[in-house]
Amino acid sequence: MTEMAFGTVPVQSGEPVIPRWWRTIDRWSLTCILVLMGAGLLLGLASSPPLASRNGLDPFHYVTRQAFFSGLAMVAILLASMMPPAMVRRVGVIGFLAAFAALALLPFFGTDFGKGATRWYSLGFASVQPSEFLKPGFVILTAWLIAAGQEINGPPGRTFSFAVAIIVVSFLALQPDFGQASLILAAWGVMYFVGGASIVLLSGLAGLVALAGTFAYNGSEHFARRIDGFLSPDVDPRTQIGYATNAIQEGGFFGVGVGEGSVKWSLPDAHTDFIIAVAAEEYGLIMVLFIVFLYLVITVRSLVRLMRERDPFTRLAGTGLATLFGLQAFINLGVAVRILPAKGMTLPFVSYGGSSLIAGGLAVGMLLALTRSRPQGELGDILLTRGR
Amino acid sequence: MTRIPLRPLARILNARASGENPDLIERENIARRHEAMRDKQRHQAEGRLVVMAVVFTVAFSVVGMQNFKLAATEPTEPRAAVSTSPIAAQRADITDRNGRVLATNLLTYSLYAQPHLMTDKERSASELAAIFPDLKEEDLLRRFNSSIKFMWIKKKLSPEQKQAVHDIGDPGLLFGPREMRLYPNGRLAAHVLGGTSFGREGVHSAEVIGTAGIERAFDERLRDPARPDPLKLSIDLTVQSAVRQVLYGGMKIMNAKGATAVLMDVRTGEVISLTSLPDFDPNDRPQPALQGDPSDSPLFNRAVQGVYELGSTFKVFAAAQALDLGLANPDTLYATKGPLTWGRYRIRDFHDYGPELSVTDIIVKSSNIGTARIAMQITGARQKPFLASLGLLEATPIELSEAPSGRPLTPERWSEISTMTISYGHGISTSPVHLAAAYASILNGGTRVKPTLLRRDAPQKGDRVVSQKTSAAMGGILRQVVSRGTASQGDVEGYAVGGKTGTADKPKPRGGYYKDRVIATFASAFPSHDPKYVLIVTLDEPTETSGTKPRRTAGWTAVPVAAEIIRRAAPLLGLRPEIEPDKAFEVTRVSSN
Repeated sequence: MTEMAFGTVPVQSGEPVIPRWWRTIDRWSLTCILVLMGAGLLLGLASSPPLASRNGLDPFHYVTRQAFFSGLAMVAILLASMMPPAMVRRVGVIGFLAAFAALALLPFFGTDFGKGATRWYSLGFASVQPSEFLKPGFVILTAWLIAAGQEINGPPGRTFSFAVAIIVVSFLALQPDFGQASLILAAWGVMYFVGGASIVLLSGLAGLVALAGTFAYNGSEHFARRIDGFLSPDVDPRTQIGYATNAIQEGGFFGVGVGEGSVKWSLPDAHTDFIIAVAAEEYGLIMVLFIVFLYLVITVRSLVRLMRERDPFTRLAGTGLATLFGLQAFINLGVAVRILPAKGMTLPFVSYGGSSLIAGGLAVGMLLALTRSRPQGELGDILLTRGR
Repeated sequence: MTRIPLRPLARILNARASGENPDLIERENIARRHEAMRDKQRHQAEGRLVVMAVVFTVAFSVVGMQNFKLAATEPTEPRAAVSTSPIAAQRADITDRNGRVLATNLLTYSLYAQPHLMTDKERSASELAAIFPDLKEEDLLRRFNSSIKFMWIKKKLSPEQKQAVHDIGDPGLLFGPREMRLYPNGRLAAHVLGGTSFGREGVHSAEVIGTAGIERAFDERLRDPARPDPLKLSIDLTVQSAVRQVLYGGMKIMNAKGATAVLMDVRTGEVISLTSLPDFDPNDRPQPALQGDPSDSPLFNRAVQGVYELGSTFKVFAAAQALDLGLANPDTLYATKGPLTWGRYRIRDFHDYGPELSVTDIIVKSSNIGTARIAMQITGARQKPFLASLGLLEATPIELSEAPSGRPLTPERWSEISTMTISYGHGISTSPVHLAAAYASILNGGTRVKPTLLRRDAPQKGDRVVSQKTSAAMGGILRQVVSRGTASQGDVEGYAVGGKTGTADKPKPRGGYYKDRVIATFASAFPSHDPKYVLIVTLDEPTETSGTKPRRTAGWTAVPVAAEIIRRAAPLLGLRPEIEPDKAFEVTRVSSN
């Protein structure tokens, strides 16, 4: 009896956590993300000393901080990517609620750092931008809602998700932070699209977005100036775009050489929004194409891996997170080469910024968690000859 | 709540019959429907994910290609957007009638400083002061140390100065290209050309704008980038040079304080030479005098701006009109017994010329009384339109920015006494260019010419002023003035010079006339039997002192100067001297003992 009660072979479900994680994770994407972080540190060495000298700090102050936050982000990626989808959902929804509360309280406790929009909490040693954390939370929540709406007798999830999207977007637009607002709206649109939206409805929504854009153009001088700057054919060389264009041209194919660039001295946002201009000037087109390729690999690989996913929530949440990541990178890169109007948007993992790094780490970690290979019941399909 | 139909109805009925729970079958059915729905959604999502993947691939490829495009283009120098029209450089050249350059452009450099870039302000200031003596070291240093970011130091640098400043080696001292106007002939034709100054200035270029003379009158034409061809003037550089040289010498010999000469082609109205002394160097145009008489400034163009009572030279107009109206012929006699009393005025002659003189002799001896009698016969009602038809009552249309200020002074009321005084050149003030155009109009066959400074190739076909016959008769009378009259010193062998002298007392600023200050004028034409050129020489306050007492009349002052000018200029103008058949070949025998 005691043998039966205490002497049995300990039962373990499957293999240990780490090996299984390593076996099932998208190792290519993970590698790309880590390489991006390395590129971020490398470019930080080039782009941030001018800022540090302006602020009277040690030349590599910002690089050191960036390295520290990169470490934290790596931990975030590891932890988040080990979570099962249900855990991702739980953490994401709770995170969304917390971040939304923080966002709502911004007007009372936030600071604008003299940039004209209240987007940050100042914590003394670092600043936190709630919208960075809000984005992945929002994607998880809406994915859950849309997925639930697809169940028989489920709640009207799509309507709920739309309402959430509108609320979040209007809060962001009031800051004003049209960049994050449009990013969230776009991510929601893509999730809705993949979640089975009718094409007619999507066209209608596109019209609505255009209308909102017109309204923002007429209503906000901040916004109108940027659009005007984009539409005019000449680049005013005294704007950031002008400097960035010149830097890319100066860099040519192989760059002017490490540390030889000059644009970082004239661009106030050289370490954040326009870091790609620094990369283009010092390392040339090669480096830019390499970085673009990394983002492409991460985004497209995630989307392709999600095609096999049978769980609607996992698929939608993954799609949303991949879209957030890819779109943010695209907007940042597109602004520097004037495909898109000037918009304050960081380059994920490459631009300097503590909260953006950690939030990005969490988001990408969750993306990796969702794109892990899982048994998808294909064997059942075969056995039941049910594969429609 | 919507009821879900129990579709596999047969199985449920069987189950009910056999007592099994039909709910199990219903749940199984719901589960299968759920599976089917998910499969459908999954397949749709698969397709749409592919779409998204393609969209992202395309988007990132566009970014990559755009980067490639930018990287492959050469960077352009960042320039501030120019809001106003760009400064058009390259002013057109000005040449004389034969294409010789009178005004052109030279690339030079301006010097400016950006004090915030300077490394050693004290040393730079002291070295700059050494290079440019007109700059003061303390001033420079004070301006360098102020908060300004940009300051001009010098508008034009010579190459030596530029090198010297370059050798200071201060990065805050910078050069900007400057196109400056250059007048290679210096003072020659200074009053014709006028001058230029910098208009709007930028670091990379500056606008050159005309400030006087032709440069100002044709400013738009010269600045027009669509017309880079040179502006061709009627001036002949060689003749201008000869005229100026002789006139300058004559002015000094005759102790005149100013002189002017106008040489005009009688048929085309082209001004071949226009000189006003004292003159200036347009390369270094002096500042306008702020005090004193502006007509004493070297900038004053006596030929165009200077309106003087030109005295007896006007008698020609009275004679010409009398001949033209048929009131007289050259031999008609007029009473010249003086003085001629008209109301409270008395008209006198310089000498007593006897009881009567012919029209020819009135001009030859320059009788005021005779001319006044001719004018009384003409009457003011006919005299005024005649003078107007010669252009003597309005400003000349000559292409100089100063021309409108050379407006003739005429009496407010053209009374009978005015008619008489005007006939011998008092009570009316005109410029030498006016006189030249009027003489040309009478002597060229009788058609009006307007003075011009632009090269013309065809004669002006103006309105008829006098008949051809009158024109020829006037040429003959003028010839006699030189051959046997007041201008006997004006004869130039071979050129049959004709002309009329005029000596007018200068008016005092507060009314009345000076006794010892005159304007001496000689209006001449050559050759007088077929006049081709008119030359007006006017001396301001000349005094000829070779005799026992000072002589001021034109015959002793302006005439010899004009004769020398004709002697020098006529061959340059391509006129052949007409050698009269010599009387007899004379051998001068030299005494042998």
